[in-house]
Amino acid sequence: MAKSNEPIVWSLFSAGGVLTALAAPALIVLLGFAIPLGWITPSFEHVDGLVGHWLTKLFVVALVSLGLFHWAHRFRFTLIDIGLKSLDTLITVACYGGAIVGTGVAVYVVWL
Amino acid sequence: MPDEKITLEILRYHPETDEEPSFQTFEVPYHEDWVVLDAINWIKEHVDGTLTYRWSCRMGVCGSCGMMVNGTPRLTCAVFLNEFHPEPIKIEPLAYFPVERDLVTVMDSFMEKLQSVKPWLIRNEDEEKPLEEGEYLQSPAELASYKQFSMCINCMLCYAACPVTGLESEFVGPAAIALGMRYNRDSRDQGREQRQEVIASHDAIWNCTFVGECSVVCPKDVDPAGAIQQAKVESTIDWYTSLLPWTKK
Repeated sequence: MAKSNEPIVWSLFSAGGVLTALAAPALIVLLGFAIPLGWITPSFEHVDGLVGHWLTKLFVVALVSLGLFHWAHRFRFTLIDIGLKSLDTLITVACYGGAIVGTGVAVYVVWL
Repeated sequence: MPDEKITLEILRYHPETDEEPSFQTFEVPYHEDWVVLDAINWIKEHVDGTLTYRWSCRMGVCGSCGMMVNGTPRLTCAVFLNEFHPEPIKIEPLAYFPVERDLVTVMDSFMEKLQSVKPWLIRNEDEEKPLEEGEYLQSPAELASYKQFSMCINCMLCYAACPVTGLESEFVGPAAIALGMRYNRDSRDQGREQRQEVIASHDAIWNCTFVGECSVVCPKDVDPAGAIQQAKVESTIDWYTSLLPWTKK
């Protein structure tokens, strides 16, 4: 049997799942509740310094990109499992291609 | 209450006379301490001797009597009638396997898949120590690392529970992969690289979409889904390390 190259996409899927599970709830609490409801009131300089830092940008891009790869992998198998296996190549290109495009958009928005 | 009855709807198929399988209904005496297999045995003894099915130990060890009980793969020796009474019970052969006759399935594909992962201890011949030096000892921790996976009784319930085996006939499947991992985990074994040829292939672990039903139905708590996920992590590490220039072969 041929060795599979699935580890590439599976590791991105896996990393996306872990990162999203860890970071998304914290970000939702922070950006969705804590700041809008005034539980914490960071200064403009503080927030500006944080979001302008290259590490923060890298984190945001990684979160968006790996999250998209997680979606791509899961969605690809969902479509195959509901009986669209004959379209495997198209589905694979569309799903992972979508994640790659999304990563590009994230880099553009965050960095450029 | 000796007069109480329970209804069993059993899928029948005799290939020499039947065009296709159909259900037959049987009224069976209801005893609180009877399992489904007892009821099926009663039918065979008292109503229809041609009813065909596999069974042997009646105690959840041999793994022969797996059937679909109301749509769920179960060992019929371990399902009590009182779980369903007074509702009828629907008995079918294990899902996704070809039916040979009544409740008997064709197991050939499973046997081939099982063999493909080489579920036995493999040693490098030149590293085998002479017999007089005694056995290969194992610590309790080394035993614990594979013991759970060694509890598999090859009952194939996990195959009947896995939607991927229904969609992909080539999928090596939960039990075979878990058994492969059982030997990979064994400190006496040196055959992991040989097994990886199959386990790390697309038809094995990468076909699994982690539905997890295999571990839910396993009567021995083997957790094949866990074995497959562990194999995915290890095979992914293998894949990336094989890219490193100093590990290239």
